[in-house]
Amino acid sequence: MIELINLEKDYTNEELVTPVLRNINLKIAKGEFLAIMGPSGSGKSTLMHILGFLDILSSGKYIFQDKDVSSLDDDTLAIYRNQKVGFVFQSFNLLPKTSVWENVRLPLLYSGGLVDEKKVDQAIASVELTHRSKYLSNQLSGGEKQRVAIARALVNNPDIIFADEPTGNLDSRSGTQIMAILQKLNAEGHTVILVTHETNTAKHAKRIVRIKDGEIVSDEKNDEQIIAAKTELVK
Amino acid sequence: MHFDWHPVITTWQMIRRNKMRSFLTSLGIIIGISSVIIIISLGAGAQSLLVNEIKSVGSDLIGVLPGASESNGPPASVFGINITTLKYADGQAIKSRVPEIVDFSGYVRGAATVSIEGRKKEASFVGVNANYLNIESTEVVSGRFFTNEEDNSASRVVVLGSEVAEALFNFSDPLDTHVKINKETFDVIGVMKSRGSGGFQNQDNEIYIPLNTGQKIMLGINYISLMRLKVASGADVDSTVEEVKKVLRDQHGITDPEKDDFSVRSQVQTLDTLKTLTDALSYFLAMVAGISLIVGGIGIMNIMLVSITESTREIGLRKAVGARRRDISIQYLIQTVVLSMVGGLLGIFFGVLISWLVSVVANYLGYAWDFVITWQSVVLAVGFTFVVGLLSGWYPAKKAAELNPIDALRYE
Ligand SMILES: Nc1ncnc2c1ncn2[C@@H]1O[C@H](COP(=O)(O)OP(=O)(O)O)[C@@H](O)[C@H]1O
Ligand SMILES: [Mg+2]
Repeated sequence: MIELINLEKDYTNEELVTPVLRNINLKIAKGEFLAIMGPSGSGKSTLMHILGFLDILSSGKYIFQDKDVSSLDDDTLAIYRNQKVGFVFQSFNLLPKTSVWENVRLPLLYSGGLVDEKKVDQAIASVELTHRSKYLSNQLSGGEKQRVAIARALVNNPDIIFADEPTGNLDSRSGTQIMAILQKLNAEGHTVILVTHETNTAKHAKRIVRIKDGEIVSDEKNDEQIIAAKTELVK
Repeated sequence: MHFDWHPVITTWQMIRRNKMRSFLTSLGIIIGISSVIIIISLGAGAQSLLVNEIKSVGSDLIGVLPGASESNGPPASVFGINITTLKYADGQAIKSRVPEIVDFSGYVRGAATVSIEGRKKEASFVGVNANYLNIESTEVVSGRFFTNEEDNSASRVVVLGSEVAEALFNFSDPLDTHVKINKETFDVIGVMKSRGSGGFQNQDNEIYIPLNTGQKIMLGINYISLMRLKVASGADVDSTVEEVKKVLRDQHGITDPEKDDFSVRSQVQTLDTLKTLTDALSYFLAMVAGISLIVGGIGIMNIMLVSITESTREIGLRKAVGARRRDISIQYLIQTVVLSMVGGLLGIFFGVLISWLVSVVANYLGYAWDFVITWQSVVLAVGFTFVVGLLSGWYPAKKAAELNPIDALRYE
């Protein structure tokens, strides 16, 4: 579904060029649960932003669903973000003083059509927050906020869900809950791409890509996870 | 194509989230628009008051005051300077030589303390000719006005204004009683119809005596302080004014019009001058109030810029979930236009309300004050707030739309 070929990314600030990603080659298939790991500042978020159409690459090629999307214009990128992907950020980014329901509806406002209210209710139900639909965003716990963010990422039924350090601001219990939801979504067929620097979080993924200083240093199956999945099946 | 209504939802959400700020944002516009509405309405009301006053005297009248006048300014006599050059005989000469003048009356006036059996009332006495009722188009409600004979013989007869009659006689019949005016005793022969206190003089608090009586007995003078001439219906007022001036110059031996010792003014002229003056004044004031709208617009722009900076992350998020540039800019543009126009509508509401209250109070106090709201001022206010909203929203909207989603999401 995704193919990156010799992808490079630099940031240019007033003549100063900072290379961030170098020589990235990566293939991601539909239905994968991929974790991008690496130390802080290694370029994980930047890579995720490019994959999620929030940022553009400097050179190389990005093939998405068999189409070259390396140089799309602003408006097309916005449509891709709206239709193809969903984001979950470390700092929830909910609309302040706005109800859970309205927060989850947000992407549908930009979908150019009448809002299908059932989709909003379904997304909220899938993160088990139906009883909180009418609550305002500031009346929720951190874990609940992140579940709202997941529902918002889901509402347009995207092909890929991106999660950038989704447990970074949560206690470990809520963090485990969030990871369980992401695993469930993956089991239901969504491609999930997780960015994290914590081994503990990454272990939930089926495949781990490690980057360091903007380069991929390893790319392997997460055996622990596969074994766990198998034991789950045996039970 | 369906109607893209998301900016409306978003605007509603944002205004609901920041009620106080939204109100403060609109406040400048509310104040500006209501001041403009109030000023224009009060200007029109004050004008109606003056016009009604002048019309009640009669617009077919020409007034002659002693003393020169700068072409449009008030004659010296208005400032209380006694000028003795205008005589009753001048009126007679005008009436006999200018065919368009059908009637005239001289006027003198003074302060009067009217008393009867211990009751007292401060009023003004007006000495006029017997044809006063015809000149000023008014009537007596009881009794009669005095006659030419009574005027010629300087009789001590008086017609009371309604307020004076009420104060002294308290609804009992004043006719055929004697009142003291200052030191002199007069027969009450009539009571004037109430005319209401329109304008500067309260005619109901005046009493009317024959001109000769006023001149010889009350004041000891031989001149008059005002003359009103009635123009034949259909005659051209402006050319009649010129004829009147010619006769007066003859009478006073003046050859150079620059040296006129009188001023002649028709009511039509006075009306026009007043209208121009009050219009100019109220439009000037409305413009000054209009400046507050510009200030209001700048206030909106300022607060929108602050809001946008504060909601940088939110804008980043909206872009991350699929908002295009124009979605963001339209959203902020609609928001400023709505804030500005809601402010405008509230301003119209308060402006109309206050103007109406003023007219109610003025009418209650007995002034012939019309409540006037022109549809032009309302349309102008709505249009103006729309434009102010667009202009003050344009720059903040553009700034918001140009935000890069990643930078915006990283913004602390
Ligand atoms: N807008 C930018 N301009 C310049 N440098 C940037 C910008 N955004 C990120 N960087 C740099 O790129 C590198 C990678 O950042 P990031 O992708 O956020 O790392 P990670 O998510 O792995 O912590 C960092 O060194 C960071 O300082
Ligand atoms: Mg990061």
